[in-house]
Amino acid sequence: MIRDITIGQYYPENSFIHELDPRTKILFTILYIFSLFVVKNLLGYVIVIGFMALIIKTSKVPLKFILKGLKTIFIILLLTVGFNIFLTPGETEIFKYSFITITLEGLYTALFMGIRLVLLIIGSSLLTLTTSPIQLTDGIEYLLSPLKKIKVPAHEIAMMMTIALRFIPILLEETDKIMKAQMARGADFETGGIVKKAKSLIPILVPLFISAFRRADDLAMAMEARCYRGDIDRTRMKELAYTRKDQIAKLSFVIYLAILIFLRWRFK
Amino acid sequence: MSIEIKNVSYVYGQGTPYEKKALDDVTLQIPDGQFIGLIGHTGSGKSTLIQHFNSLFTPTSGQILLNGININEDKKKLKSIRQKVGLVFQYPEHQLFEMTVFKDVAFGPQNLGLKKDEVDKRVRDALKLVGFSEENYEKSPFELSGGQKRRVAIAGVIAMKPEVLILDEPTAGLDPKGRDEILAQVKKLHKEMNITVILVSHSMEDVAKYVDRLIVMDNGKASLDGTPKEIFGHVEELEKMGLAVPQVTYLVQELKKKGFEIEQNVITVEQAVQLIKNLPKGGKR
Repeated sequence: MIRDITIGQYYPENSFIHELDPRTKILFTILYIFSLFVVKNLLGYVIVIGFMALIIKTSKVPLKFILKGLKTIFIILLLTVGFNIFLTPGETEIFKYSFITITLEGLYTALFMGIRLVLLIIGSSLLTLTTSPIQLTDGIEYLLSPLKKIKVPAHEIAMMMTIALRFIPILLEETDKIMKAQMARGADFETGGIVKKAKSLIPILVPLFISAFRRADDLAMAMEARCYRGDIDRTRMKELAYTRKDQIAKLSFVIYLAILIFLRWRFK
Repeated sequence: MSIEIKNVSYVYGQGTPYEKKALDDVTLQIPDGQFIGLIGHTGSGKSTLIQHFNSLFTPTSGQILLNGININEDKKKLKSIRQKVGLVFQYPEHQLFEMTVFKDVAFGPQNLGLKKDEVDKRVRDALKLVGFSEENYEKSPFELSGGQKRRVAIAGVIAMKPEVLILDEPTAGLDPKGRDEILAQVKKLHKEMNITVILVSHSMEDVAKYVDRLIVMDNGKASLDGTPKEIFGHVEELEKMGLAVPQVTYLVQELKKKGFEIEQNVITVEQAVQLIKNLPKGGKR
């Protein structure tokens, strides 16, 4: 049940995409998100979808696994599409019943928004699926390090993210365990109205908070015992380095962007 | 309450890269009233197995019969199954959540929909059974010591009056005194309430004294099954599974090798003392 959440999960594989430098992947993911907003016509989306399909293929992550992540945003998707269909003003009405009006423009925006959202989620979940959490935070720390000059605590931010990410599976497991322990005592989390359901969460939340604080305390103690003191003269075991693969990725990404911009400029 | 496990297999995370077979075709018979030790190395599948007994896990294949009825057939009967099969998890004190000890123990019986008097009575009985003193009933469970917390948590399950009581590593993290106290209490419970008790542990020494029957799990399979004496005869096999027999068993074995006429499968220090006392003078043949 609780293990089915795939957003933010890492899918271990040995593929071209997995072996790319995390910095490359983070930067490209951000650029990719921007690129989605460059696209204004269906042809552009065909290119984006094609590009995504290529990446998914080379990443060796099963499509089923990626699509599972979409389930969690299904409601948001539905709402967005719904609002756009019914609330977009436009000239060509195709359906009208009392206060409900559907316009052609509305349908178009809804379709575009829907595709855009799905592509957005797929793109960003590919980042976490192909990059281990440690690599990811390492990459973020590197990318943020120029900001250290203006006193941005890049290392601390990265460390906080590492710890938070590290604790997600632990807390999930803990929740699972506590839920089962309470179910063994006859607790029921499924039936009843909203108030009863909310109340039934107390036997999970109280122990969960206590255990989270306990773990945080233990971790702080362990870090202090190892003389951790933040980013003062810290060296790393694995330095990040760009390889030829990153050059290839860069080149393909530039081509992809160029095509999108060209399409936008050529076909208004 | 007899439990029958028929060819049960369980696979974690089927269809993901983390797929793992936790139980592999386990078949067991657990008759009414036995005191059973379930032993295995970490990851041998013992915790997964016991969570099948009250339908927290549904087997990937196979059946679990409680008094001849398949427990996964009718999901509406879950509550009554969980009442009949009480499961105390590892570190059960981590599940405490109420303001007072009394209320926490009452959580289980209340979920069964019992009347207030009955709940009160059961809570008192359960706390008395685990040896928890009455002046602390209104304390917050979080001010108690580790051993006390664990008693409260165990009482929380006992208060549901299960017919089968399963305890997963009830002595983990306790000092030797706390460990002996809890185990003695469980033994007492088994006698007084006349229920089936399944004690899960990775320590032979702990359970050897108390149980009538030992089941050894290895790699998702129930590989050995018998009385402690029988099981401890298989020293080599047990060691291969990463389990050790009680130290006194090793001692007696060594004595026998040295030529002393002595029964080999001794499992408690007391038995060994008796046997050695009764040896003829000189002892050797």
